[in-house]
Amino acid sequence: MPNLSVPSRRLLRWIPALTLGVLLLLAACAPEQYPQTTLLPRANTARDQDHLFRLTLWWALVVFVLVEGALLIAIWKFRSRPDAPEPVQTHGNTTLEIVWTIIPAFILAMIAVPTVRTIFKTAAKPVGDDVLQVEVIGHQWWWEFRYPQLGITTASELKIPMGRTVNLEMTTVDVLHSFWLPQFAGKRDVFPNRYNNLWFKAEVTGNFPAQCTEFCGIQHGRMAYRIVSLDGPAFDAWAANFNAPPRDFVADSTANALVKQGQGLFAAKACSGCHSMYPALPLIGPNLHHVGSRSHIAAGTLENTDENLAKWIQNPQAWKKGVLMPNLGLTDDETHALVAYLRANQ
Amino acid sequence: MATTALPHAPSHTPSPTGLWSWITTVDHKRIGILYGATAFLFFLMGGIEAMLIRIQLSSPNNTLIGPETYNQLFTMHGTTMIFLAVMPLSAMFFNFLIPLQLGARDVAFPRLNAFSYWVFLLGGLLMNSSWLLNAAPNGGWFGYANQTSKQFSPGMNIDFWTVGLQILGIASLAAAVNFFVTIINMRAPGMKMMHMPMFVWMSFITQILLLLSFPIITVALILLMIDRSFGTHFFVPSGGGDPILWQHLFWLFGHPEVYILILPSFGIVSEILPVFSRKPLFGYAAMVFSGAFIAFVGFGVWAHHMFSTGMGPFADAFFALTTMIIAIPTGVKIFNWIGTVWGGRIEFKTPMLFCLGFIAMFIMGGLSGVMHSSPPADLQQTDTYFIVAHFHYVLFGGSIFAISGGAYFWYPKMFGKLLDESLGKVHFWLTLIGFNLTFFPMHIVGLQGMPRRVYTYSPESNFELLNKIETAGSFVLMAAFLVFIYNILKTWRGTQPPVGADPWNGATLEWSIPSPPPEFNFAKVPTVHGRDALWEMKRQAGGGLPEPVRESGAGIHMPNPSYYPLIAAIGVTVALGGFIGGSHLWVHVVGVVIMLYGIFSWAFEPAG
Repeated sequence: MPNLSVPSRRLLRWIPALTLGVLLLLAACAPEQYPQTTLLPRANTARDQDHLFRLTLWWALVVFVLVEGALLIAIWKFRSRPDAPEPVQTHGNTTLEIVWTIIPAFILAMIAVPTVRTIFKTAAKPVGDDVLQVEVIGHQWWWEFRYPQLGITTASELKIPMGRTVNLEMTTVDVLHSFWLPQFAGKRDVFPNRYNNLWFKAEVTGNFPAQCTEFCGIQHGRMAYRIVSLDGPAFDAWAANFNAPPRDFVADSTANALVKQGQGLFAAKACSGCHSMYPALPLIGPNLHHVGSRSHIAAGTLENTDENLAKWIQNPQAWKKGVLMPNLGLTDDETHALVAYLRANQ
Repeated sequence: MATTALPHAPSHTPSPTGLWSWITTVDHKRIGILYGATAFLFFLMGGIEAMLIRIQLSSPNNTLIGPETYNQLFTMHGTTMIFLAVMPLSAMFFNFLIPLQLGARDVAFPRLNAFSYWVFLLGGLLMNSSWLLNAAPNGGWFGYANQTSKQFSPGMNIDFWTVGLQILGIASLAAAVNFFVTIINMRAPGMKMMHMPMFVWMSFITQILLLLSFPIITVALILLMIDRSFGTHFFVPSGGGDPILWQHLFWLFGHPEVYILILPSFGIVSEILPVFSRKPLFGYAAMVFSGAFIAFVGFGVWAHHMFSTGMGPFADAFFALTTMIIAIPTGVKIFNWIGTVWGGRIEFKTPMLFCLGFIAMFIMGGLSGVMHSSPPADLQQTDTYFIVAHFHYVLFGGSIFAISGGAYFWYPKMFGKLLDESLGKVHFWLTLIGFNLTFFPMHIVGLQGMPRRVYTYSPESNFELLNKIETAGSFVLMAAFLVFIYNILKTWRGTQPPVGADPWNGATLEWSIPSPPPEFNFAKVPTVHGRDALWEMKRQAGGGLPEPVRESGAGIHMPNPSYYPLIAAIGVTVALGGFIGGSHLWVHVVGVVIMLYGIFSWAFEPAG
């Protein structure tokens, strides 16, 4: 019969490596390093979700230690040894089996009660005039945001006021998508001809990345967006400023010639056929009013710099194969002018 | 084809060999081996797909594999592993073991059994032939409407998927009928239901799940197929259809499917643990009833895959509670396995290592499952890598570990030789380490915000380190399976002495007959008086194998070989294949004609 003590001593040599591995894993757990983490809730709804996550996590860890421990003890204690007697042929133990049916049931009840309570708590729709309503509309492969109370339509950057309840009414114009706010409210799928909602009250300001979480075709992987939380006055200022019509650079004698040329190209190259420059006018492509002030372009996947914007509009298919925006065959000069114009829109 | 054999001619002549004998075989053991070999090749394909996924995700903004190919890879990885690898690997054990463990000479319908295999093979080949046209399925293994509609997926990709799954479903249903009837009717004299080996019990419950759940996916696939081929609107919202209907139908099948994948593995583990602990299975009755309870409740939990669809608080609460309840019988099983080992004399042979690894890994998969049974918590976890980690812990850490253990355990019964123990141990440890290295970090990266089914991620997300560890782990896993393949080749070519009937001191009837068993299995059908039938017989015979094994098989009447099941299977495949890229009437007609020819010839062929 194999004597395990030699292999087990060999196993002991792995302990430093294992410890290092565990430490690395723990370091990898620190949520601050991950901008899209679910482990740093920043709103009431996400806190409720996080509370249940932690509750189940701790119970799972307790059960894990006890059951894996029992398994390891059994493996060690009852390993075959030359002097071991023939095992007693037990077939079961009713008392024991009843006990280990009841204990898990008890643990599950400890999880079930707060679960059901939280389900009903987070399902209740917020009411009141103070609630900011946002209509969230999924498109292949970008998100549109409409603020009916403010008369605003925008895309790829969801602006929210900190400390005020936000209710998202969400749908899609094509296939299923799922809208995710990792730090604020979890996620919800969107369906054609149907509205689903999520609501939350943000506790911090900041610019957070997020992305679609329901597989929606070739560019599901690059259907991202930003969630930008502003404090109350900053949000109001943004909304007031946003509501102004787009600047007409052509008629503006102070405007840069390149920007003027870009504005002409925006119409001449048919960009304006899909992209609206007006704050309340939705078209089939993402609304570009104030696109120059967004932190990211290309559905939240590229930082908004002259270089990235040029790369994107000149060859969108290179970065996002299958995207519905065609390659327009823009020359470098045309691209340069269009970039200047778009970046000037803020 | 020995169709002219005299009814009572001695049939203990050596079994025929050669390709034709395999094409026409109706022997459940050969069909089992065919299932195993085919499924293992598909498993390797699914593994290569997984490796490509892992390589693509090893660094941010990687451009190695474009989004089109990536979507095909993850769709085919899931579809292959579920329908072409784990299910048919289970079918290998059903085929090979159920008659042997029941003390029967074959399954109830041997030619139907051959038909199941051929339909499975052709369905798998048809679906994978899409790679050659660069049109592999790309809608995910779940094929959510309305992404899979003609409008949003105009190519043939989704057709290959719907048609392929329809064909595979026929194979599964035919096999399920066969094994269900076999288990009910063909048990050895004296073997009551509550005497059956646990593997047969878990297989029996699996067949019931197959019989009840596959019709649901069949209906869903038919609706999708006619939506795509004839412009109906079952799932098309612009025509009044509803994509959510697909999700309910799919998961009403899809969740029982999870148990179809794991229950046979529960059975395998429940056979192996007692043998290497030298102790009967702890709590036999509780194991049977917990398996049945899991299967029953398994039909009432499907919408926990849909918590993020906004079903409303009552549905969310109901499915959360049923899901939590299913953890109780699962826990009972784990405790009973530990109870089986407890107080035993554990021999760490390779099959036992895999089964102990199974328990350890399955516990983790079960616990992460409980974590997302809570819908508010699931609203963060669903569609992230946390879920990917969870189901790989139950399907790889569960099913694949158990199937690997089963392969080492029953290989000597199938081929008469033991696989190499040292290589087996290397295989096990590499699998255990590679598996945890690949899949454990997925828990973390998922909670830190990495969604599933994305072909790349940004550097800003900081997912790179964890993904690199996962990719490194996947190479260790690949090495583990290369060791396994080497082990098989080495054993196959080796000249080690034949292993004898009972190399492990087995508890069940298959170990009472020679390895490999003769075509007729049992020279004399054994009489059974209780559980662990062979242990009992050996005890009564004073330690050694009991007498009947030494009798010859003279006069045993076995079914004749037949190629008509293959012809019928070709007909089915062609008839349904006509739905690829629209509906081609002449292809349907040709297929139906071939199928009818096969079925009629089969019906009027003398059975032997």
